[in-house]
Amino acid sequence: MSEESTKGEVHVVHLYPREMSIYGDLGNTRAMVSRLTRHGYSPVLHQHHPGAPFPEQAHLVLGGGGQDSGQARVEADLEVIAPRLSELAAAGTPMLMICGMYQLFGNAFVTVEGKRLPGLGILDVTTQGNAKRMIGPVVLSTDFGDVVGYENHSGSTRLGSGQAPFGTVRSGFGNNGEDQTEGARTGNVVGTYLHGPILPANPAFADALIGYAAELATGRPFEPGTLDDAFADQARTRQVRRLVG
Amino acid sequence: MLRTSAAIAAGKLARAVARRRGGGSAMPGLVAERIDPKILGHALGGLPGGIVVVSGTNGKTTTTRMLVALLRAHGHSVFTNPTGSNFTRGVISALLGEVGLRGRPVADMAVLELDEAHALKFADAVTPTHALLLNVARDQLDRFAEIDHTAKLLAQLASRTSTGVVINRDDSFVARSADGVKTGVRVDYFGVDASIAHRLPELMEQDTRLDDDYVVPPAGAGDVLLKPRDERAFDILLGADGVGGSVGPVELKQRGLAAMINATAATAMARQLLGGSFDPVRAASALASVTAPFGRGEVIDADGAPLELVLVKNPAGFTVALSTYGSTPVRTMIAINDNYADGRDVSWLYDVSFESLRTIGVALTSGVRAYDMALRLQYDEVAVDAVEPDLAAALDRFLAARDGQPARIFCTYTAMMTLRRILAERYDLPAFGEEATS
Repeated sequence: MSEESTKGEVHVVHLYPREMSIYGDLGNTRAMVSRLTRHGYSPVLHQHHPGAPFPEQAHLVLGGGGQDSGQARVEADLEVIAPRLSELAAAGTPMLMICGMYQLFGNAFVTVEGKRLPGLGILDVTTQGNAKRMIGPVVLSTDFGDVVGYENHSGSTRLGSGQAPFGTVRSGFGNNGEDQTEGARTGNVVGTYLHGPILPANPAFADALIGYAAELATGRPFEPGTLDDAFADQARTRQVRRLVG
Repeated sequence: MLRTSAAIAAGKLARAVARRRGGGSAMPGLVAERIDPKILGHALGGLPGGIVVVSGTNGKTTTTRMLVALLRAHGHSVFTNPTGSNFTRGVISALLGEVGLRGRPVADMAVLELDEAHALKFADAVTPTHALLLNVARDQLDRFAEIDHTAKLLAQLASRTSTGVVINRDDSFVARSADGVKTGVRVDYFGVDASIAHRLPELMEQDTRLDDDYVVPPAGAGDVLLKPRDERAFDILLGADGVGGSVGPVELKQRGLAAMINATAATAMARQLLGGSFDPVRAASALASVTAPFGRGEVIDADGAPLELVLVKNPAGFTVALSTYGSTPVRTMIAINDNYADGRDVSWLYDVSFESLRTIGVALTSGVRAYDMALRLQYDEVAVDAVEPDLAAALDRFLAARDGQPARIFCTYTAMMTLRRILAERYDLPAFGEEATS
């Protein structure tokens, strides 16, 4: 498709697809690229690997969960690109960070042994490692309606005093299993523990992120196309019914 | 010994009850284990031919069947856990069928398939003489959480084996297990010949295999390598370039590269166990005679046309299944449940590429997560004709509309159990766990 026949290019950056995309998180990138196309935009996907230069254009940034070994492999690069990520976040660039990357976007991760590993501080959250794993299906109430997914994390996350959560837990553990909060949201940056993957089954949330990205990329308001989300709506509403009645 | 006898008597009773109800295969083992926690050690310790544990994520059941067939073809009497119940209780349950009250099975070797965690539990009770380590892939995340952790479990199993281990040289996560074996323990490798090494990625999960520093070492004289001739026939080379001879050509009843690699793994272990008495001609005919285990490409004659049931439980397994069957597209149904035994997280469906189904599409998706499966297919641009979460209703629609054509159902574990039960009633099939022994 030529540039003229679309509503414009949108640059999508997937952070560390090899190291940080476990539990189907690649599906989020797939969903964004596919939905942008179906909305009539031209997505340009950048896979950002450790050590590579950060792409010049970035209208939407995605990151996933990883194993401890994967996390260790990206820490040095994350330090290098941190100023750029903070700058993009401040400029309203939508970002979705899942699980491990959500933790790294926070202030710090404190290990079981008490060691404090600093994060990017884009989200005002602090995660405490613990022995108990929080695993299971989740239903949230969010600004984007009901959101379903699956959590699998041992870190227990607390929000800073002014930090908004991504959603309120209706079923599942959420950030810590105690305060009913799940994830964190600052501007257009969202961190969450939800795999599933989260975007295919929750198209309203996916399209909100796409909307911010499209506006940033084109300077015009988001011009959505008409998408058939019947399967996604069935999948989501059935999970909500199963888990919260 | 009195305690063991009591445990076996109670277990045998539970087994008789469970069989009459057509129920699960682990419960009688649980009963016996409660009464005598050392029952495994008493019953299996000191089998003269050895105790072989087969472990890894994918291919345990198939490989175990092949290894048992190889050993039986060489005149050994082998105890095994044939129902795919690969937890320690499943082993005890299987034992109950074969032992007298004194607790010794009438066999000279044992070949047991155990998942990674239960293999270690088993090793607490009985030291394995031999271990065959197949592969590591993401599976049952609720149980094992991380693939690194799973690899460590296999390495621990290797370190606790007394006589010999056989290791997959092509899987970097598994190959490292060789570092921890005790001094004096023999280590042999199985793998694929260089001519087909380029096909390995289709069997492994790309996302989790980081391009680390592992390089497959040159093959040694003890290594056993797969060399396919075409899609069905292959040779198994004994030593690099077949310096020690070869087994084959062999044509398996099961299709696909994964089954060929399983046959290679089983041959490597048999060769280590049998030493000089290993006979390549007997080995070839034994491998060719092995029937596909339940759910691994089992073909049911449904109203005169074949219906194939294929168990899928993780990204690597589903990818293998699609590459095995994708070359001959037939009418397809996919049934996904998310009960504990299936893995409760269905995220993994996004780590599988379904593009090979595009040409023919999918007739039906079913199971508790039928709509999630349909959504997944939509993102790979695979047409879905219908979604019917109810398995019985879906099966009816699927079979009614197929017009005597062959058909295939990919399904998760509990979906398969339900479908198999319905099909067993309709087509008079043997019940699960009642397969004819080979």
